[in-house]
Amino acid sequence: MPDIEMRAVYAETLIALAERDPRIVLLEADLMRASGTGVFQKRFPQRTFNVGVAEANMVSIAAGLAAEGKIPFADTFACFAGRRDYDQFFISANYARLSVHLVGTDPGITATYNGGTHMPFEDMGNMRHIPGLTVFEPSDPVSLRALVARSAELDGCSYMRLHRRPAPALYPTGEEFELGKGKVLEDGRDVAIFAIGALMVHEALAARTLLAQDGVAAAVIDLHTLKPIDAELVVRFARKTGAVVTCENHQVRGGLGSAVAEVLGEVFPCRMKRIGVQDEFGEVGDLPYLQKRYGLTASDIRDTIREFLSRNGN
Amino acid sequence: MDPSELQFLRNIAKEIRKRTIDSIGRLGVGHIGGALSVVEVLTVLYYRHMRVWPDQPRHPERDRLVLSKGHAGPALYSVLAMKGFFPEDWLHTLNRGGTRLPSHADRNRTPGIDMSTGSLGQGLSAAIGMALAARLDNASHTIYAIIGDGESDEGQVWEAAMAAAHFKLNRLIAFTDANKMQIDGYVRDIMNVEDLPAKWQAFGWFTQRVDGHDIAALDQAIIAARGEPSRPSMIIMDTIKGKGAHFAEGRLDNHNMAFDYATALEAIRRLDEQTD
Repeated sequence: MPDIEMRAVYAETLIALAERDPRIVLLEADLMRASGTGVFQKRFPQRTFNVGVAEANMVSIAAGLAAEGKIPFADTFACFAGRRDYDQFFISANYARLSVHLVGTDPGITATYNGGTHMPFEDMGNMRHIPGLTVFEPSDPVSLRALVARSAELDGCSYMRLHRRPAPALYPTGEEFELGKGKVLEDGRDVAIFAIGALMVHEALAARTLLAQDGVAAAVIDLHTLKPIDAELVVRFARKTGAVVTCENHQVRGGLGSAVAEVLGEVFPCRMKRIGVQDEFGEVGDLPYLQKRYGLTASDIRDTIREFLSRNGN
Repeated sequence: MDPSELQFLRNIAKEIRKRTIDSIGRLGVGHIGGALSVVEVLTVLYYRHMRVWPDQPRHPERDRLVLSKGHAGPALYSVLAMKGFFPEDWLHTLNRGGTRLPSHADRNRTPGIDMSTGSLGQGLSAAIGMALAARLDNASHTIYAIIGDGESDEGQVWEAAMAAAHFKLNRLIAFTDANKMQIDGYVRDIMNVEDLPAKWQAFGWFTQRVDGHDIAALDQAIIAARGEPSRPSMIIMDTIKGKGAHFAEGRLDNHNMAFDYATALEAIRRLDEQTD
């Protein structure tokens, strides 16, 4: 099956939701071309609001719509969603207990040629600090479809990172998903790899194959929901393997690695290694260059895990 | 408006003022300046123009108000109490731990508050969202919003200004409480925002400027705004920060001011003595 463009799936899903529920509305800040939601606008022109390059305005407007019972999805690049409109999302939407669904596209290094000004490595960390917020990053078109639908049902806000590019399906069509419940893609007993997002779940699966060649059986868990984290699943695989690794297209600080460390540190302290971007800004490049540059390839994961396991007496 | 109606509204304004001074005075500190400068516009809105149902604070047909300068909450609470949204003795609990009446307007704590505000610059955008929803629903209620002149330093206010005009939100009527002061000094000295009418006009709004304590003038301006067919409306109100409280009126330090209850009672006594 060919890879499917994630952003096209997002737009289709919104349209399908909007067909059934008249409360669904869409907001854009002059990046409709980037999010691919022009098809939604064509179908529902009255329910689409493009506010131009004004992200803060967009988010507070979305809050006003939510106050009137609408279910707004507001899109922009993740670098802007995570920083530029943060106070508006924090106060107008979350503090006011309104249900606004903010979508940040082009997560982490997938911003490629837009470079460091557009490369969000801290958005998940920022979002995790908002009380009660659901934060997630789907890894494939199937889970994307399901999780967007689930988020629209929430009593509260959500932040979703959207990988725009084509991605292979990792799950069978129609697979069910719940926000806050991770999915075990592959079982294993030597090390548990918790990954989030299309890029790093894919790389984790590839790393698992490389590790198998060395006789290391790695479990790969798609922890698509960063908040609320599936603590039970984390602890279960920590107990099973005694070695936990996290992989994210994000800084190792504040996102998945931190969330998992918080759980393990208090519930089941265990050897742990966080893979992701270090304390650095982004830069331009194509995806292969950037993956190598920031240590986000399958072989980086394999090398890190091998070193980690040997250093820790394996 | 005939003279007896005008007198009625003046009395209402006095009662709102008294309750605002009283509620803040019981606590001993609060945003007395910016609350007192919006007393007249709240009077005219709630007693002359806004359809509200005190026993159904979220009635779908109600007119909405976003108090974007959310720190003026105490004045709005006084109005809502008088209108019967909640018992008047709630006013005694202003800002106390666990209260239903916090310093900044909160839609989840207080019946009759349509939007949570307090981080300046966001309320007008929220009001736009409400107006867009009203249009989607073919509703005919009006959305009012009150912003401050100091608040107009915030860039988001101008994002909202652009958008409301672009979307032709004629059911959105906003007020700028131009009380000429912000926290660190006069607006003209800290960050000048004038010429306000020229700005709003240039942004495509139907713009008026009135004495913000002149009830009849406010009423006329709102009537004109409600008749505007295709543009949002902005009514710039020239007001006095702290108006009506002898200890606060016109003082640069009255944004968030400490005063004891005896002082509050004296201010109330003076208001009662006035014949207007």
